[in-house]
Amino acid sequence: MHELSIAQALIEIASEAAARDGARRVLRLAARIGVLSGIVKESLFFCFELAAEGTLCEGAALDVEDVQVTVMCPQCNAARELPAANRFRLVCPACGGETPKILHGQELELASIEVEPRSRDLPDNEIIKDGKSYATANT
Amino acid sequence: MQPRILELRTKILKKNDELAREMREGFGRSGVYVANFVSGPGAGKTELLTRTLSLLNQTHRTAAVVGDLATENDARRLSASGSPVRQILTGTMCHLEAEMVRGAIDGWDVGALDFLFVENVGNLVCPSSWDLGEDLRVLLFSVTEGEDKPLKYPTLINTADVVVISKIDLADAVDFDLALALRNVREVRPGIDVFQVSAKTGEGLEGWVGYLERQLAKKRDLGNDTEELQPIDGLQKSDTITEHDFSTV
Repeated sequence: MHELSIAQALIEIASEAAARDGARRVLRLAARIGVLSGIVKESLFFCFELAAEGTLCEGAALDVEDVQVTVMCPQCNAARELPAANRFRLVCPACGGETPKILHGQELELASIEVEPRSRDLPDNEIIKDGKSYATANT
Repeated sequence: MQPRILELRTKILKKNDELAREMREGFGRSGVYVANFVSGPGAGKTELLTRTLSLLNQTHRTAAVVGDLATENDARRLSASGSPVRQILTGTMCHLEAEMVRGAIDGWDVGALDFLFVENVGNLVCPSSWDLGEDLRVLLFSVTEGEDKPLKYPTLINTADVVVISKIDLADAVDFDLALALRNVREVRPGIDVFQVSAKTGEGLEGWVGYLERQLAKKRDLGNDTEELQPIDGLQKSDTITEHDFSTV
């Protein structure tokens, strides 16, 4: 049920970034979601579509990249990705030891958005990062 | 016109995370220890909290806020402990967010408290991702829920700091296999502390309350070392809580 809150937060961040950029609308959102985050993707897609209505994200595509679980194994002193079938059991796939420390798999991140520019005020080769704009290449 | 890519790399719950961090800093300056109780519905959060408050109130000042979808029953029950209690009615929301907690404690002199308890909405999934600025996330499993709850809900246990197995007075009646339950906890969250209590008979409560008292002492010891941190006015501000009206007294 909390997928609605996640969808609303996604839409808010994307819409704010798009508005800051002077964009006409958001075409696509690329999210990275850890498989340990407890998000049901189908539910997130459903909520997203509903919550996006009337916002700059209306009609936008939502891409979700699953981030697998990576743990730190103190025995091997190495980061290990857990196999998908066993992703909840925090046991090192190499040595079988307990791995309490989770490095990845709990992410809830909006990586990037694709927007339709409103005007030619900003050059097409520019990207916005952390609220600042950077040119990707010389025109 | 060419579509443009905007790189954001932003945490989806950034707003909540930032507010929670601000609250945590405020709680740190106030020297109040904050614990967030999470569990499925009916695991005994309210009963354990009521008993915990009553025991702590003999020597400490405590307060509690409690989230519920629709009723104020839990706040009424918690009030029996003598602690100030505020109810957060979440409507249809399945979890508490930092803003709701900040709204609920608005006006309280948090600096005069030793412990602030937050009882989350009964749900074993949704509260996972919302930081409330707490020091300790307490996850309750009751013996009546079965031994495999930790395996079924790994997300929440992976954000918890301590597990409490509740209603152990019923363990025999429901053939609860404690060793199996502990093994399951350990499998999804190696190394986490586990307490076994019965809020009804009082079994295990002394150890539980002692643990909380030690956590408070630890926090205040650490706090004394970092007194020169820049003060950030977190708790007094109420600039954003007007967006929602979650808190009722």
